[in-house]
Amino acid sequence: MKITEQEVRYVADLANLTLTDEEVARFRGDLDGILEHIGKLNELDLAGVEPMAQVLFEGAEADELRMDIPQPPLGNEAALANAPLAGAGYFKVPLVIER
Amino acid sequence: MNIASLTIDRIRRGLLAKEFSAAELAAEALRFAEAENPRTNAYLRLAPDRAMAGARRVDERIARGEEPGPLAGVPVAVKDVILTKGITTTCGSKLLEHYVPPYDATAVERLEAAGGIVVGKTNCDEFAMGSSNENSAFGPVRNPVAPDRVPGGSSGGSAAVVAQGTAVVSLGSDTGGSIRQPASFCGVVGVTPTYGRVSRFGLTAFASSLDHIGPFARNVKDAATLLGAIAGRDGRDSTSAGAPVPDYPALLDGSAKGLKLGLPREYLKDLTSETGDLIARGVDTLKHLGCEVREISLPHTDYAIACYYIIATAEASSNLARYDGVRYTFRSANSETLADMYRNTRGEGFGAECKRRIMLGTYVLSAGYYDAYYLQAQKVRALVARDFAAAFTGVDAIVAPVSPYPAFKLGEKVNDPLAMYLSDIFTITGSLAGIPCMSVPCGNTAEGLPVGLQILTGHFAETTMFRLADAFERTQRRPCV
Repeated sequence: MKITEQEVRYVADLANLTLTDEEVARFRGDLDGILEHIGKLNELDLAGVEPMAQVLFEGAEADELRMDIPQPPLGNEAALANAPLAGAGYFKVPLVIER
Repeated sequence: MNIASLTIDRIRRGLLAKEFSAAELAAEALRFAEAENPRTNAYLRLAPDRAMAGARRVDERIARGEEPGPLAGVPVAVKDVILTKGITTTCGSKLLEHYVPPYDATAVERLEAAGGIVVGKTNCDEFAMGSSNENSAFGPVRNPVAPDRVPGGSSGGSAAVVAQGTAVVSLGSDTGGSIRQPASFCGVVGVTPTYGRVSRFGLTAFASSLDHIGPFARNVKDAATLLGAIAGRDGRDSTSAGAPVPDYPALLDGSAKGLKLGLPREYLKDLTSETGDLIARGVDTLKHLGCEVREISLPHTDYAIACYYIIATAEASSNLARYDGVRYTFRSANSETLADMYRNTRGEGFGAECKRRIMLGTYVLSAGYYDAYYLQAQKVRALVARDFAAAFTGVDAIVAPVSPYPAFKLGEKVNDPLAMYLSDIFTITGSLAGIPCMSVPCGNTAEGLPVGLQILTGHFAETTMFRLADAFERTQRRPCV
């Protein structure tokens, strides 16, 4: 077994996910199978291989950054339009600090 | 006017000859989509106001004698992970059911500037995670060719509307095969361009180092035209490429003579016999066209799935962290503290496949596992890319299957996530390398299910890919839907 239910709960906590007990059991089984398959990578000798983080192309064009010219911003109203709860120009969340 | 039989060229001729107006065409496309959609659930919503306004602009340009653009009046559907200003964009997720983007994706902006008409938003797997479109929070899409079967995923809706004929072309997104596999399952052309060829600005991020926007069409030329209209450098995506965009459709001359093609031996095992036969027949056709076909090896193919599902899920777990109940419409009603609000919003909002991938991605990035999984996978990615680079020193293009089998039945694989992941084997390799790849129809099984032939070329060699696909397409009889 590659992963325990306890580890599943720990990872869910890291990921900020509430999982039901059924989900914990199901994901333990699913992740176990997937991690078993992923273990295949250990067959390879990767000494001296540089990790590839991005598809990068040679040549100057792709390296160019855009000019730093000020643009009109989205604006407070548009930025808050999709907020589940907004007020006074801010995103509102449950109370974090007691006064 | 039959939208299902129109091509971009035919629309242009009709508009310029005043046979029909862009407004008439848009109205007919909307009517047809509305009538047909109950059969497939391929559209999540139509955009009549935007479509009609766009069509009127095209008609005005034509009336003034101006060039109306390469996509003039063409009804285009857009996958619902691509942002459209003022038009709800759900990403197939309950979390974003009511999300109305405040800006357009660059690809959408460009296709409209070229005269294209956005007619609606298409269904997809939640946050583009899936190979069957069964992970949409708004119900699965049915394959227009065989309604008891999946259209493929994750861009299932974008493939289905083109196959069904309710749009002439569409935009999808591809991270590990999400354009090519549904194109193959629905019998249409689907193109994943070189990584960076099309700006990702406004494409909801799944796995940023692997995400692509690309076109679906009923023929190669239309796909090439749409890609040409949306490709090119964009200052809002620093990974977008500055390489000049060739006039793809103008370079299609029907000839593939003399092209050297590689057939990777690792891709020819595990195919269903019918898929294998159709691919073999396709390769014979290419030989008759004057291509020189040789067997090649891409030795790290067997490791690609493991590599991909580490990198893609790691990036996804980071990208999806933003959906926390603060900014994006949905918030759990049952939370008193901030921490509970985050957790419950995500627990209630994400579907099972998203949670599974967030969990896997978080696991492989967590303390103690980073080196063992993520770093290892990035090294394997380099080897997969190196396999292709080596192959392209000897051949102009690689031909391969897209999927080991044709469209499967709804529900058939939904309970076996690993089996679903493994079916992406032939598309994932090209995604990891960031090379252009496409699916072009190469015939149907005895049951009438389409099978796609995949063509892959080196970085920015889209022209070679399109020329080969176009020459091949001219030998095929188009399947009827």
